[in-house]
Amino acid sequence: MLPRQVVSNTTETTASARRFRFNWVDSFLWFIRVAAIITIVVGLTGTIQNFIAGEGPTVTQWRDLFVSSISTGAMYGLVALGYSMVYGVLGFINFAHGEVFMSGIMVGWVAATLLFQYGLWDANPFFSLAVVLVIAMITSTLIAVLTEKVAYRPLRGAPRLIPLITSIGVSFFLQYAFAGLFGVGLQTYPSPPGILGRDINILGVPIEGTKLLVIVVAILAMIALWYFVTRTKTGRAMRAVAEDKEIAGLMGINVDRTIIMTFAVGGAMAGVGGLLWALLFRNVQFITGFLPGIKAFTAAVLGGIGNLPGAMLGGVLLGLFEGMGPLLVLDGLGIPAVSQLKDAVAFSALILVLVFRPSGLLGERLGSEERA
Amino acid sequence: MPLLEIRGLTKAFGGVKALAGVDFHIDEGTIVSVIGPNGAGKTSFFNVISGLFQPDAGEIIFDGDNLAHHEPNEITRRGIARTFQNVRLFPNLTVLENVMVGQHCRTKEGMWGTILQTKKQRAEEAMIEEKAKEVLSFFGTRLTGYRFDQPAFVLSYANRRRLEIARAMATEPKLLLLDEPTAGMNPRETAELTELIGKLRDDRDLTVVVIEHDMKVVRNVSDRVVVLDHGVKIAEGDYDEVSTNEEVIEAYLGRPAEAG
Amino acid sequence: MIDFKRSINFGLLAGVSMSFLGSIGMIETFNARTLINPILRMGDLFLYGTLLAIAYFAARGELNVLEQPKVEKGTGMLTGAAVGLVAAVFTSLFLLLIDSVNVVRFFPNMDQSMIDSLTFEQGIPLGLLLLAAASVVVGAVGGLLPALSKEVRKSVWLVSSWVLSIALLEVVVSDIVENRSAIRLIYAPGGGLRLWSVAVIAVLVVVLSRRYEGRLGAFTTKVKESDPKSRLRRGIIALAIFAAIVLPMLLGGILNELLINVSLLILMGLGLNIVVGLAGLLDLGYVAFFAVGAYGMAVLTSPLSPTISPELSWWLALPVVLVLATFAGLLVGTPVIRMRGDYLAIVTLGFGEIVRILLLSDWFTPVFGGSQGIRRIPGVQVPFLGEVGGTRPELFVYLTTAFVLIAAYISYRAQESRVGRSWAAMREDEDVAEAIGISTVQAKLLAFVTGAIVASFAGALFAAKVGAVFTNSFDVLVSIVILVVVIVGGMGSIPGVVVGAFVLIGVLGGPKSPGLLQEFAEYKLLFYGAILVVMMLKKPEGLLPSVRRSRELHQEDMAQDAWLDKEAHLLEDRLEV
Repeated sequence: MLPRQVVSNTTETTASARRFRFNWVDSFLWFIRVAAIITIVVGLTGTIQNFIAGEGPTVTQWRDLFVSSISTGAMYGLVALGYSMVYGVLGFINFAHGEVFMSGIMVGWVAATLLFQYGLWDANPFFSLAVVLVIAMITSTLIAVLTEKVAYRPLRGAPRLIPLITSIGVSFFLQYAFAGLFGVGLQTYPSPPGILGRDINILGVPIEGTKLLVIVVAILAMIALWYFVTRTKTGRAMRAVAEDKEIAGLMGINVDRTIIMTFAVGGAMAGVGGLLWALLFRNVQFITGFLPGIKAFTAAVLGGIGNLPGAMLGGVLLGLFEGMGPLLVLDGLGIPAVSQLKDAVAFSALILVLVFRPSGLLGERLGSEERA
Repeated sequence: MPLLEIRGLTKAFGGVKALAGVDFHIDEGTIVSVIGPNGAGKTSFFNVISGLFQPDAGEIIFDGDNLAHHEPNEITRRGIARTFQNVRLFPNLTVLENVMVGQHCRTKEGMWGTILQTKKQRAEEAMIEEKAKEVLSFFGTRLTGYRFDQPAFVLSYANRRRLEIARAMATEPKLLLLDEPTAGMNPRETAELTELIGKLRDDRDLTVVVIEHDMKVVRNVSDRVVVLDHGVKIAEGDYDEVSTNEEVIEAYLGRPAEAG
Repeated sequence: MIDFKRSINFGLLAGVSMSFLGSIGMIETFNARTLINPILRMGDLFLYGTLLAIAYFAARGELNVLEQPKVEKGTGMLTGAAVGLVAAVFTSLFLLLIDSVNVVRFFPNMDQSMIDSLTFEQGIPLGLLLLAAASVVVGAVGGLLPALSKEVRKSVWLVSSWVLSIALLEVVVSDIVENRSAIRLIYAPGGGLRLWSVAVIAVLVVVLSRRYEGRLGAFTTKVKESDPKSRLRRGIIALAIFAAIVLPMLLGGILNELLINVSLLILMGLGLNIVVGLAGLLDLGYVAFFAVGAYGMAVLTSPLSPTISPELSWWLALPVVLVLATFAGLLVGTPVIRMRGDYLAIVTLGFGEIVRILLLSDWFTPVFGGSQGIRRIPGVQVPFLGEVGGTRPELFVYLTTAFVLIAAYISYRAQESRVGRSWAAMREDEDVAEAIGISTVQAKLLAFVTGAIVASFAGALFAAKVGAVFTNSFDVLVSIVILVVVIVGGMGSIPGVVVGAFVLIGVLGGPKSPGLLQEFAEYKLLFYGAILVVMMLKKPEGLLPSVRRSRELHQEDMAQDAWLDKEAHLLEDRLEV
């Protein structure tokens, strides 16, 4: 997989590997840890008490929540792959990846509306979805490749923060370019074809068709990507470039082409994620990419940035945190209208992960092998 | 009592033991050279003493206190300063600023004094500058005059090494750790620096540990020589003792049996 | 001979850009403002300006640092004209497509009025011919530029920038000058410069620039190289302060309002400059501290604050806000202390968003009013003048200016002190800074807290000025816009922040407030994004870089000069003796 480059390119000496005497920064961090655990335990207890008392969501509601959290998480996972791959290969956070994701949904919406208009959407649902999928993937791929060529390529080798700041600029440029092109209003996809509205029984558990489709598509995309990265020549080239650009270049790998491929594949995955977003939420607007983008980045870090299965795992976990967390923990604390705090929970997860385990769940510990 | 006494210092990276129970001591006002083949753990030894790496086991007793697991800035404040093998200056700060930064841990004016421009603050700033200039003059005229305001990255390699030593001296240490101070210098510059290292001890009452590959420097400067190999101290003594020690020769040249 | 492939490529690029500008509705919106009556509207300026620039680059060829590009006049014009033609053909085809297929449902701006705005209101087909003619001419001019001598090019550049600036400053001029008929001399009734005033400006600029050739340049170098404590510098600073005192008296309400917005952004820019520019910590959630200041002030002073309502006066509340900001700075700073730069950016962004979400949530509505916000925040009590709030912008502006001066003074002092040196060292190499005795924990926290306090003061002023606080004033856009201001001005540079804020916020508008030209409102964030990218690619040290930062970003070049270049090495050796 891709993670090793992150390790070898860390020039800073391993802040995380240092263990100092118990100073007050550590005490503060421990305080946060303990506070987080206490909050979770107290909240859970409260929720369980409510549940026993017959208040709050029923078993069916919990189950539905769980399923929709997983499917949202699977979508985050697909978007996270783009962050993870670019970070693995170039070592910077491509802040504009959320907009790559949004662009696919937006152009897909045009296709879907046209298909609906000509009656194909209901007559031939899976064909229509496939068309939307292909269009979303092409759009996202194009945007991703274009940003690489215009904005990031000239910055290769610049200090890490420079491409990050550039990508923030790209992100805002794309947002408002789309706002100008498609208007600032909220656009709505036609309602999903009838079959998907029905519940489908999987091992005796009824799952809504849309969500099942989302999960299935995510798994298929993941398998395809896995095959691509581990079994094809281009995939091997990507891994080589992630390890060491210069050496890979010396070995006859076309580094520029490989990096473009990385962006393209990340973009394509974001396009797939875009279709899933459309299935799940049906709405799209020029700022649609911003929050999912940051959440997908969180997912990438959570799973271990640079690690592709990790990105998927991180996505699903984050989906569960933000989907279930508010009701499971915050509601038990007696906080009103917890669903408003969904994003705050996701951001808290981001902060906690970066503070306490920046290498992620499946990532390696950063830079422990440094030796002068 | 020695100024620095190290007992059983151990540090492993993954499975590799960079330091495997090293004992070491240095008396005040002496110069000790640490030598050994590449990868013997010399630089790791410095990194652990200066706090950049945390030891896995062992004690670092300096001036009566155990400094293991202290933060690097605390260790510097207690009086251990160092230079780096691959010269790490602040390239965009000027020569003078590089040395003035070294005074940080000996001064204390903070934000309030700075904002209010108190008399104390201004006096301290002047003192820092004066001290920095004084330290730089230790190297003759090489780093003075117009050089004060040049950014560090325009300096020649030898001057960068000198500047790094000056920066370490500005922290007013009792013990100075020099990591290959003469690497990359020509013979004339090396000879000059060797003399200066002697002066650090004689004129400035500093205690110095030097990692050095150049045996001429080691012979000229050391009161005592310690040899490391594979993270273990294999010999110590004065230069002549060490240079005739069989184990040392073996470490450098390889075992005859193996070679044959 | 002209390079056809290159002309076609650049022509297509220009065509796509022009079609894009039309498709987002920018040309249409900008055309509402006339710059030169009756020949140039702002929309056309952007449309053909883009083409001009692209034609210029097409004709100039790849810039080689060592050799001045040699472009023949004829070839240049032909190349440019070809670029213009290709661009016009592409744009025309695009317009024909829009004309025949109705896409307004998907692209609200691609309607008849877009076609009109690109075809000089003449529609298809006559307008397309006009478009083609204009494009070919503009392209040819663009292609001719690199063939002209340096002096002529400079004059063209000077004249056009002066004319455009004066045209854009119409709002300011008509606000300052009371005499209507005097204004009518220069500006036409429908807006825009009169043609003859353009001619006068052009002649004046050319004559004056010939006469004072080089003196301005010499003066700026002199200022740049002068000692910060020299008389010259002090004189300039005194002049700036004097202008800050006199200017609000001349301006009317609207411009003073704008001036307040600009100075609030300068204040925040100076604060962020400490964190990002001096200490090197990229903080993307800086708006959180602004929110702490504003909401802190609101809760402490407003009688309508829902739960806690001590109804303090502004000055009494200020120290409390300072304490709150300090806590906020420590709270954000402590967990991120051992974090790498890019992760730090994302985490601070997360903090900023969490603050906004919590302020908006039902959970905290009892304290902060949720989406209702907190209203009736009193103004600032000033002796002899009574309560100064947003309703008296001509007085309030002095308050913001005063705080800007204080913040600038603090940054300036900090830069040249023990504290500033420790930040600089930490920015350059954190490990070494730690190893030579700087507590990076302390240094980072100090930077965070100082930055937080400055932002909270901006927030406190903001609350008093607006008289109410709502959560939508505190979203991530604010953080980003401040970052753009700092980067455009030059990280670590105090005058950079001031100039950057005036140019960006003054003209384009702040994150939540309009600038000088209302037309930019919809598009300012597009511009901010583009500016950020272009600055990072072309001039990462900013427009008015601090000496140190520009060294940092060009270090590689210079180090190479000093190291690899043999001559430089020899020179070095000679100097060593």
